[in-house]
Parts: sequence; C-alpha cells; structure tokens
Amino acid sequence: MIEILASPAFNTIQDLGRNGARRFGVSTSGAMDPLALAGGNALLGNDDNAAGIEIQTFPFRLRFQTDAPFALTGADPVSTLAGSPVPSWWCTRARAGDILEIGTPRRGARVYATFGGGVDVPRVLGSRSTHLRAGFGGLEGRTLQVGDVIPVGKPSCEAGRRFDFGAAPPDVAIAGAGTADDRMLRIRLMRAGEYDLFSEEVQAKFWSTSWKISARSDRGGYRLTGARLILDAPVEMRSHGVVAGVVQVPPGGEPIIQMSDANTAGGYPKMAAVIQADLWRLGQATPGSFIVFSEVSYQDAVAAMAPVNDYLAKLRATANLYRAL
Amino acid sequence: MSINQPNAPFVGTIEKSPKISLIGTLAMLVEAPGDFDLVQQGRIWALADAVSAWPNVQEAVIGVTNVMLVFEQPPADIGMLSAAIAELWHRLPGRKADGKLIEIPVVYGGELAFDLPAIARHAGLSERDVIRIHSEGDYTVCAVASSPGFGYLHGLDPRIHMPRKSVPSLNMRAGSVTIGGMQTGVAVLTSPNGWNAIGWASVAMFDPSSEEPSLMLPGDRVKFRIDRIEL
Repeated sequence: MIEILASPAFNTIQDLGRNGARRFGVSTSGAMDPLALAGGNALLGNDDNAAGIEIQTFPFRLRFQTDAPFALTGADPVSTLAGSPVPSWWCTRARAGDILEIGTPRRGARVYATFGGGVDVPRVLGSRSTHLRAGFGGLEGRTLQVGDVIPVGKPSCEAGRRFDFGAAPPDVAIAGAGTADDRMLRIRLMRAGEYDLFSEEVQAKFWSTSWKISARSDRGGYRLTGARLILDAPVEMRSHGVVAGVVQVPPGGEPIIQMSDANTAGGYPKMAAVIQADLWRLGQATPGSFIVFSEVSYQDAVAAMAPVNDYLAKLRATANLYRAL
Repeated sequence: MSINQPNAPFVGTIEKSPKISLIGTLAMLVEAPGDFDLVQQGRIWALADAVSAWPNVQEAVIGVTNVMLVFEQPPADIGMLSAAIAELWHRLPGRKADGKLIEIPVVYGGELAFDLPAIARHAGLSERDVIRIHSEGDYTVCAVASSPGFGYLHGLDPRIHMPRKSVPSLNMRAGSVTIGGMQTGVAVLTSPNGWNAIGWASVAMFDPSSEEPSLMLPGDRVKFRIDRIEL
C-alpha cells in the first residue's frame, strides 16, 4: 500500500489504455507517455500494461506503507526517497515508512511512478486507466488526493533480488528522438482524410509553422497557436471515430491534436495524424513549448516504431538479466 | 465496348465506393458515399459487423454513415485492405434497424429543459406541440459515440430540428433529453453540452461494470414516452 501525502491536481492512475470500448463511446484514456509507463514496468519485471501513477503536477509526495520496489520514468524531476536522491529512469526499493518526493521536472511534462506488481485497482472494461470524464477506472474514477491509500500488487520477483539500477531515457537512447536544445520538438505526421481540401498555401503554412502548445492543453488534447489554417470552402463533416494523435482543424483554423482522453468521435476536418512512434514524445511536451511537423509516408511511420520497440525490448532484457545476477 | 460509349448497353448506375483514409498507422476511416440516410447507415452497420471479425481488427467504431477500424498492428498492405473493404461494401446487404426496442419515459419541460422555450420559438410551435412531436417519433440508434453510451438518434421530425448551441451549457445534467441539429439523444454524463435540453429521463444508459455496458447499440429503436409534463 502507498499513501498519497501531496498531489496538487490531475494526477491519476493509468495503464496503457482501455482498448476495444470506443464503440461504446468510451475514450481509451491511458498514459500520455506509454513508453515511459512500459519502461518503468520493464525495469520492475511487470507486464508493460501494469498500472502506475501519472504525475503531471508537482511536488508529489507519497509514503510507502510496506517495503516495495518502484521505478520513476518519463520526465526528469529532482526526486528523493527518504531524503536521498533518486535518478529518473531508475528502479529501487523503498522501505516501509519511506517518503518519496517528486519535484518539478527539469525536462518533460509527466513522471510515471510504477511499482513492483503494479497499482492494483479493479479493472473496468478491461483497463485500470482513470476515465475522468465518466468517473470510472483508476481510483474511484478520479484524480488522486491527499490521504488516498492505493493498493499495490505483489512484485513478480522475490525480495532480496537486486533493485538499484536504471536505463538511458529513450530521448537519449533512440537515435533522432532527442529534443534539440532550441526547445523545438520535431514531430512526424502522416496526412489524414481532409489534407487535400486545404490549399497548397495553407498546407505549406502547416509544415513551416513553429506551433506553440497553448496553455489550454491537457490530456484531452493540445491546442496549437501560431497560424490559422482556413479552408477555402468549409466542409460539413459527419461525426466519425478519431484516435489519439489526430490533428483536427476547427473552423477558427487553429489545430487541435487529440490526446489520451480525447472523445471517441469528432467532426472537424483532419489535416494529419501524429505517428505512433512520436506520440510518447508529444505526451512529454509542456504547454508553452514549440513543435514543428514533418511529413512521413505510411511505410516510414511503420518503420519508425522499430527503434521504439527495440528500446523497450532491450530495456526489459537488460533489467531481467540484472535482476537475476 | 466501353460503358462510356454512347451506344453501350445500359448497365445500371455504377455506385461510388466509400472514401477510405488513414488516421495514422493504426486507424482507418471508411465513409459511405452520398447523403445521410438509414440505408447507408445500415450498410455501415453490416460492414462494421463483418470487419470486426477480421484478424488484426481491434474494433470497428461506428459513426454517422462511417466506420473507423482500429488495428492491433499496422496492416501490411493498405491497398489490398482498402480494396477488400470496398469490395465488401458493394457486396454486403445492409442491416435493418432490427435491434431491441428501448422505451424511455421522459419528464418534459421543467427546470432541466431550459432550451424548450427557444426550440418552440425557433419552430413557431407551442412548447406542448414540441413535446408531442418529440414523444411521437420513432427513433433509430445510428451510432454510440462521444460519451460512454451516448446514442445518436435518427428520426427527429424536421419541424423540431434545432442547431447545436455555439456556446455549450456548462453543466447539463446526465439524463437530459436533448436535440442537436437533426438528431436527438439522452445525455449520459453531467458535463458541458451544446445540445438543447427539452426534458429529463432517469434511465441508466451506461454501466461500466457490465460486459455490454451501453444500453443503446447501433440498430436499436427508441421510443420516448411522456411520463410527465412540467410547463
């Protein structure tokens, strides 16, 4: 069990998402940076999909009521366990009574705290992810609050095994995934259904603009500012399914990228979609930061997942080996 | 002989194929050609039923005359997949609205029906007439989307069509019976909502603990019954 001592707002329990229930109008929810959640689970020997805590407001503090291995992945905060520093992308073991404190990240937006055996809340429609809008999943369908006590599963590895090691974060380890120092995140997109309805001039503007992620951005979606993409002739779209990463253009012309808590349906023209290999990086982008888009083909988008999958597979293999030493 | 030659024999109208487009590598949107109608919607239902059973299809998400396929893995050959879907579209008979009949008792008017006066004004009818027309309709669930268990209902009498509000009502109560454009529905969540409220129903529309969580499913029929009128 762990007890929440400080959690400013919007911190929730998430796994990799609630798949298969979109047809009932249920958004997938799930970690905004699925690679970080899966990475933490890999360090601990959990299933990739085990639930953890997604922390996006700081400082966050919890107390371990029992001995427990845990990992911190995702963004790069200053963290301490019982007063001693804990690096990010690292797993270690807490003793009963230890307090873990997670400060504001120096880089990235979201920290994932994962625990040996995973956060053990009931599955709802196949997932432990919190669906905030509908109020189910996670802990009673809501954000975490001071005083919450969260059950943690049984670690898959026996006590006494080694739990003090880490991994290179993916933005360092995966070639081309790094954020340049100019604070400009490069995101790869594929064209989507209504791309051709925009004039060549507007299309060019879309690719050349440095888009700012506005303050009105959250797990539901990122609103972008920097240019207006106006159709020569407005189109009336019928309500249709959408997935995280879709870049929609409302009549005002400022694009919205739908994210984990996005509605299952949308009706705005779709300019493009973020490729799966870059969604985790977008999930770490903070409001106020800038992104720039480049276009890739379907084949390149599929191929771009290989280094991501390789990274996770290597991380898991190395962690397993290390734990067995 | 080409069918484009003026003396070619009459071979019937060649029906357009659906528009097929990708949303990234894991989703594909299939949009029926032509205007909205229940025939096209029924063909979408049938297509969704069929492709749901295909390997690598995680689910088929029905929209209004369209369906989005979500894949487990990026499909190997998009061209072949699109061709198979188009072929199926032309070959498959549509499904009728043959689902279950759902009867929903409604308290029309009152505090929660704050848009009823505006609809009556817009329609040039009395509030009582709006209620009568709405409660006499036979509705079909086209799609379940937008919020958990929210059914887009087709069959609203054109006399009481009412555009969605440009500024949503901030806290519309769950259970509100609403009109949005040419469609009607029952709000499932208490949340901001751009549809127009005309009444309230205390029917459990969604149960996340159930295997079949949504009361309404595509192809179901809905009747609203006047439980009470508060004017």
